[in-house]
Amino acid sequence: MDQGEVLLKLEGISKYYGSFKANDQISLEILPGEIHALLGENGAGKSTLVKMLYGSLQPDEGRIIWEGQEVHVPNPAAARDLGVGMVFQHFSLFDALTVAENVALALPPGKSLKQVAKELEEISTSYGLPLKANARIHDLSVGERQRVEIVRCLLQHPKLIIMDEPTSVLTPQEAEDLFKVLRRLSDEGKAILYISHKLAEVQALCQEATILRHGKVVGECVPGDETPISLAKMMVGSDIHEISPRDVAVAHGDVMLQVKSLSLSGLSGFDTALKDISFMLHAGEISGIAGIAGNGQNELFDAVSGERVSEEECILIKGEPVGNMGIQKRRKLGAMFISEERLGHAAVPEFALSENVILTRHGLDKSLNKGPFVSRRAAKKVKDDIVAKFDVRKGSSDPTAQSLSGGNLQKFVLGREVMGDAEIIVVNQPTWGVDAGSAAHIRQWLVDLAAKGAAVLVISQDLDELFEVADAIATLNEGRLSPFVPTRSTDRHKIGLQMTSGTLEQA
Amino acid sequence: MTYLSPIIGLALALIAGAIMFSFLGKPPLGALYAYFIEPVSEMWSVHELLIKAAPLILMGAGLCVCYQSNNWNIGAEGQMIMGGMAGSILPVLFPQIAGPFVLPAMLIMGVIGGMAYAGIPALLKTKFKTNEILTSLMLVYIAQLILDWTVRGPWRNPHGLNFPETRQFDAFARLPEMIPADGRANFGFVIAVVVALLIWVLMAKTMKGFQVKVIGASPRAAKFAGFDAKNMVFFAFLLAGATAGLAGIVEVAGASGQLRTTISPGYGFTAIIVAFLGRLNPIGAIVAGLVLALTFLGGEAAQISLGVSDKVARVFQGLILFFVLACDTLILYRIRFVASKIIPKGAA
Repeated sequence: MDQGEVLLKLEGISKYYGSFKANDQISLEILPGEIHALLGENGAGKSTLVKMLYGSLQPDEGRIIWEGQEVHVPNPAAARDLGVGMVFQHFSLFDALTVAENVALALPPGKSLKQVAKELEEISTSYGLPLKANARIHDLSVGERQRVEIVRCLLQHPKLIIMDEPTSVLTPQEAEDLFKVLRRLSDEGKAILYISHKLAEVQALCQEATILRHGKVVGECVPGDETPISLAKMMVGSDIHEISPRDVAVAHGDVMLQVKSLSLSGLSGFDTALKDISFMLHAGEISGIAGIAGNGQNELFDAVSGERVSEEECILIKGEPVGNMGIQKRRKLGAMFISEERLGHAAVPEFALSENVILTRHGLDKSLNKGPFVSRRAAKKVKDDIVAKFDVRKGSSDPTAQSLSGGNLQKFVLGREVMGDAEIIVVNQPTWGVDAGSAAHIRQWLVDLAAKGAAVLVISQDLDELFEVADAIATLNEGRLSPFVPTRSTDRHKIGLQMTSGTLEQA
Repeated sequence: MTYLSPIIGLALALIAGAIMFSFLGKPPLGALYAYFIEPVSEMWSVHELLIKAAPLILMGAGLCVCYQSNNWNIGAEGQMIMGGMAGSILPVLFPQIAGPFVLPAMLIMGVIGGMAYAGIPALLKTKFKTNEILTSLMLVYIAQLILDWTVRGPWRNPHGLNFPETRQFDAFARLPEMIPADGRANFGFVIAVVVALLIWVLMAKTMKGFQVKVIGASPRAAKFAGFDAKNMVFFAFLLAGATAGLAGIVEVAGASGQLRTTISPGYGFTAIIVAFLGRLNPIGAIVAGLVLALTFLGGEAAQISLGVSDKVARVFQGLILFFVLACDTLILYRIRFVASKIIPKGAA
């Protein structure tokens, strides 16, 4: 019997949320030393499954068999005792503590901080993950923070390491380094469950793949034997919409948005200061700003949108200085803003969609205001228009924002902002946490808007997205913006270098 | 569910109250009857209930706006005192001024007094980022001492045999009674209900009310909508201060007819319970104001008929708040007892 060889076996795992099946009869097997991909779109049930393995959720049905024995994993501590380690997509580190302190917090008590620091540095050098034990987390780059998470996980001597979208915050170069480490761990016999929706890296790295869709296993394969298109088909269940490009020959129009020598200090110690940022955005143009999260993207967005005011002359909309104006005045000038966070920023989670229409359209859409009163009927009508035009799928007629899926809410938010006369669109991470189908629609709409003469600024961590839609790309690194380079005359490798080095290639 | 929670909370408070009475050696059901039913079984005491409910409804409705916008004004008691004092300036210092305009002028001055006093924590919060819970609460004690000193000192009735109270207000400076034949209740209750309804319209129908709710629900989204959080601090505090000031002068010009060293038996603090029991909805505050007025009335009745301390009223109010907040939390969350051992189920 090869039962003894299998490290982890899941049999018919199901998890229900009310009538919704987040996981439906999922089975998979992982051998020691195997890098196993768990592939699926956002909302396919990957996170739910992993949370059950790691003990933060309990399955409603099915069995988890660990080294041939059925186990019950009541909480993450129990998972760690079994030998399951996890590296989270969103880091769980305390910014104000040192590396060693953060690691010590996750280990069983009894070891002195010195011992932990010593072991930590040993492990980190032996795996080529250099780390200083007494560095404070908030001084580290995102890549270094991930190393801390990985080393912390390794110190617990896991047999299975779960990695949740580990490359979503890394540059292509950092991702390559990570893959080397993962291959070495695999050679040492540690199994890795690798969660991703990036097909290329799954093909490069993983020996086995389990594909989830709508909570079900829809396929198992050896990624190396497949093509990206065949994998994508299994993942999405249909062909992904290809962006139809604009006529690039159309000359760019007037300057719509200009940022001139914008410098802003960080509001708190954890914010990135913006340093002398200048650029121009023309009508009919899509400009992309690349960069790793935490390099000033949100600060730049806040300054351009007017959520944070700056010197009057630093920001001009259609030639008018607006640096000291609030966001609603800038909207009145024809600029629209779509923030990174949907819930709690672009929308109030517990408000109905029609109320969320009022959130940014008040004062702009005259039908919404009747003197001091709000016209809820008009708001519902605008909501219906957005829902129809932008294909927002929802359960009831006017549900709360938080009840929509990420993709549908983003379509709603985008629709709300561009329903009027949007001449300038500034969007931060347009398809973050959005399923592939909706993401393709959203990108297509951005391209269409530019074709109609709107000036579009896309801030994104997703290089594929920027290369797909943008005419020119710049990178934001530690609050500094590189010059914009036409997309055709650059490539992912060059942009990736700029994202970390900070040295700007002078053209 | 939102509306079920206060009902469950009230029921639990009654059960806990019954247990408390039995420990005090009183028959629990009889005691509850004496506390909650007997006081409203006669017309004159229903009038007393309305007198006590008026300030609670006024301040409870005002506090709804504060709490919905995340401004934790705990100082309604002090704002009520200052409203009562400001409204008393005319009848105490200028008793020779007479006429039908005096009473409206007193009400307006009461509103201004409450607003001015509520403006202090708002100013401190916006200028110096002080915690409004602390400042508004401390200002209550300051207001109480100012009132005490003023009534014992400069404003004391020269013909009042040295009692610490001002002169009696003239008839034109007093709120008229609604149905004098039945009891003492004055038009303060009508004012309270009208104000609560107006605040409901503000919250439910206007842009300003929408702003209040957005700022309370999601400060970041409010910023994205271009709503000014600092303005909102002032709006909420001044509105709550206005209702508290009005409550103060309604109490002084209504039931008491003169300024005394104690205007209120803690109405300003009880109004916090009114706001939460009323689900931070001004119409809910009308109902909740009547319920909590009954705890004051029952407390007085229980002193006489049961011979228990008047502190029982406070205990009931505390129990109600405790159980309502507990219900709110437990309706939304589930208590789960977690084990921390791996339980092997035997070999597969």
